[in-house]
Amino acid sequence: MEGTGLEKTIGVLNEKFEGEVLHAAMLYDFPTITLKKDKIIEIIKFLKEHPDTHYHYLTTLCGIHFPELNQIAIMYQLHNMVSGERVRLKIYLPAEKPEVPTLTTVFAGANWMERETYDFFGVIFTGHPDLRRILNVEDMIMFPLRKEFPLEDQVREDKNDTMFGR
Amino acid sequence: MVQAPEGVEGAGFFATSLEKVVGMARKNSIWPLPFATSCCGIEFMATMGAHYDLARFGSERLSFSPRQADLLMVMGTIAKKMGPVLRQVYEQMAEPRWVLSVGACASSGGIFDTYSVLQGIDRIIPVDVYVPGCPPRPEQIIDGVMKIQRLVETESLRRRDSAEYKAMLNQYGIE
Repeated sequence: MEGTGLEKTIGVLNEKFEGEVLHAAMLYDFPTITLKKDKIIEIIKFLKEHPDTHYHYLTTLCGIHFPELNQIAIMYQLHNMVSGERVRLKIYLPAEKPEVPTLTTVFAGANWMERETYDFFGVIFTGHPDLRRILNVEDMIMFPLRKEFPLEDQVREDKNDTMFGR
Repeated sequence: MVQAPEGVEGAGFFATSLEKVVGMARKNSIWPLPFATSCCGIEFMATMGAHYDLARFGSERLSFSPRQADLLMVMGTIAKKMGPVLRQVYEQMAEPRWVLSVGACASSGGIFDTYSVLQGIDRIIPVDVYVPGCPPRPEQIIDGVMKIQRLVETESLRRRDSAEYKAMLNQYGIE
């Protein structure tokens, strides 16, 4: 499957969404396409329904925080189980206001994945039917996988620099 | 064979205080509720097995209903999301009740010093005995159970009605 999925997907994308692709490459043998963020839902719907690509299964979606860019990326991973082809789509959102339309209109399975991404990165999926925390406690006030929040629980008094040399 | 408590002995009779008899009976029939969430639970399984055999201490009858349990054995990492569940289990136990915290995670959060893990169950429920170790060996768990037995044996029958005990529970926001 070396490269085939990538070129075909770019070809299909250019039929209707010319100029949306920012970057496309095989990363670790995985076709990865970075897109502009505005039409991402239409693009995924188009790739799902197009007979040549037919990515009918959403493997996963998740967030990635890039503190040095001050951006949060959303990664969508699609799978065509008939041909075995897969593709990864990435969009970048500003970290101050990460907002993107929900993918639940295309894949119902995106519901809990988007809740997880909201839970850990604070990304607002507009139009999501039930956007609340899914894994962390409800009264948590931070988005723990963003780098500005400390990993360690702040309630421990027994760990200090004199004991652990940090 | 359990030793009889101190008392006055004569031909055909034996007299002692009720508290000592109750303490002796309770001590040798503790029904534990295993709240096992990770590797310490595996050590507990070994503790219950034939080799270490917790039945020697009268605790072979595990109670999987908190309402019939005397001893809550918390073994393993308690995530913050699990905290309210553990607390509800504790609240459902009838008095008198004891809590044994087995392993580093239950006692202090252990290596999981992170946003999602409760840093010790004593932040939500009172604990009687802590067993250190990651995980502790079955001998250590048995040692913890024997320390609980000692508490059970010597506890005053009025302790659970005392103002100090109620104040201690109030610290945890229970009742």
